[in-house]
Amino acid sequence: MPLEFEKPILELERRIQELKETAKATGVDLQAEIRLLEERLAQLKKETYGNLTPWQRVQLARAQGRPTTLDVLEKAFQDFLELHGDRAFADDPAIVGGLAYLEGEKVVVVGHQKGRDTKENLQRNFGMPHPEGYRKAMRLMDLADRFGYPFLTFVDTPGAYPGVSAEERGQAWVIAQSIQRMSRLRVPAVTVILGEGGSGGALAIAVANRVLILENAWYSVISPESCAAILWRDAKEAPKAAEALKLTAKDLLAQKVVDAVIPEPEGGAHKDPDRAIQNLKEALLKTLEELKGLSPEALYQDRYRRFRRLGAYAEP
Amino acid sequence: MALERLFRRKRPSGGGRDVPELWTKCEACGAQIYKKEFQENLHVCPKCGHHHRMPAEERVAMLADPGTFQETTRLRPLDPLGFVDTKPYAERLKAYQGETGRPDAILGGTCAIGGVPAVLLVMDYAFAGGSMGSVVGEEIARGAERAAEEGRALVIVAASGGARMQEAALSLMQMAKTVMSLDLLWGKRLPYVSVLTDPTTGGVTASFAALADVIFAEPGALIGFAGPRVIRQTIRQELPEGFQRAEFLLKHGMVDRVTDRRRLKREVVQALRHLHPGVPYAPGV
Repeated sequence: MPLEFEKPILELERRIQELKETAKATGVDLQAEIRLLEERLAQLKKETYGNLTPWQRVQLARAQGRPTTLDVLEKAFQDFLELHGDRAFADDPAIVGGLAYLEGEKVVVVGHQKGRDTKENLQRNFGMPHPEGYRKAMRLMDLADRFGYPFLTFVDTPGAYPGVSAEERGQAWVIAQSIQRMSRLRVPAVTVILGEGGSGGALAIAVANRVLILENAWYSVISPESCAAILWRDAKEAPKAAEALKLTAKDLLAQKVVDAVIPEPEGGAHKDPDRAIQNLKEALLKTLEELKGLSPEALYQDRYRRFRRLGAYAEP
Repeated sequence: MALERLFRRKRPSGGGRDVPELWTKCEACGAQIYKKEFQENLHVCPKCGHHHRMPAEERVAMLADPGTFQETTRLRPLDPLGFVDTKPYAERLKAYQGETGRPDAILGGTCAIGGVPAVLLVMDYAFAGGSMGSVVGEEIARGAERAAEEGRALVIVAASGGARMQEAALSLMQMAKTVMSLDLLWGKRLPYVSVLTDPTTGGVTASFAALADVIFAEPGALIGFAGPRVIRQTIRQELPEGFQRAEFLLKHGMVDRVTDRRRLKREVVQALRHLHPGVPYAPGV
């Protein structure tokens, strides 16, 4: 489904295609017209994608076909072995994880998993985990610590599931525990915000030594819609909320909430997922290299300091 | 402050029209309660036992041993994102500061609680719904650091709608910061007791508040991750009776005790004395 702000681009692309077909079918030389339109298209794309509003980026972060955790694990990693279940209650399909190699290095991976179509989205609860998902993540953190392998996470959730069952099973408690468990890792931990970084449900698996973010992903304390519903009393003001929340990759870099931005292909990661995943892989390898020399204790201290300094306040 | 007290003391002599102000009404059962009695009863209705929200200063007075409290919370909030919704955040802050006389949503300091040296931090729901922004997060981290440094227990009374939206990702980061600062207490075997009061939700429940060694909740307090309104919107049906109340959390294993406010200090002291390695055996103190 095309995004609203992309419609002029798609319209122009359609017209170019039509002209090309007409030229082919009739033999009429339309080269000049086609070139003119193509130039206009390039210009339009540059204008549109070069000046994306925060709300447009939020839409790109949710676009169909954007790489999910499993896409990344398939394409950037080797021999992914998915491990299921929290050993207590259930297996949560909204969080996936397991063992893999990254360029020959053994790693433990965890990520939110959205569906790639409506049916899968229902099964995966739109990437909104229940407590059992976070317990699975914590179990895999234990595994990474026990064997000394780097722990990598991929964040893509609108938020932890706000429902009766989740509350009954202690959603707040497991999020707190997962934050604590991850902060205590004695191995290198790296997080990539893939798409949506919605609140505590995202942070629960994002307490890493380095947090990277894809160019059009967002990360904040609340989704723009919910923020608008509360502060503007109207979810339709989400574009304004997206602006106010300063939730884009560039804004987050300035706030030091993230450490680096991974570039996406023009028009978003879903336009060329392989390219996006390649960029992501390069950034991950570089980041892991940076953390390589640190001892287990130094890794813990590094993470502690990273989060300890975040915030803005004035001394009296 | 002194002037205000003088002013207040004079008013009752003013005549009949001031009489209603001596009384307050229970939010739950509607009973008329003599204000002085209500306060002495720690804002608990003497008729039905309903626990009303309580000002932060009175919380401190109720938990700290008399004369021991030394305030340490003085950080002032900034508006790092220049956040504007229907009103600028900077203006909202000023209004809250005016109403509460406090720079942000937390009041804390050092004190003794039942003789146990402690850092006591009380969240103030009256200030921006007790929301956690950079100041609250930093004060909690510093409180934990101070407790670890000085061998004190940590007691936090939570009352919060969650993270502060106007500080966006920075307030989210306070969840990680506060949780990590608790490690200092772990390393030194110092006790951390948390008291969940009405309401405690969102990023506060889902960070430091849920990670105490002993967790108390006040009767009837709303406690959870998502607020009931959000859940109702998600599942599109009415929520079960008593859902997300303290008693519900006790039943589901999330809190250690649901304790009547009038017994709360005694039980907090008990927990602190049991846990604090520096306090000798002294049952029933």
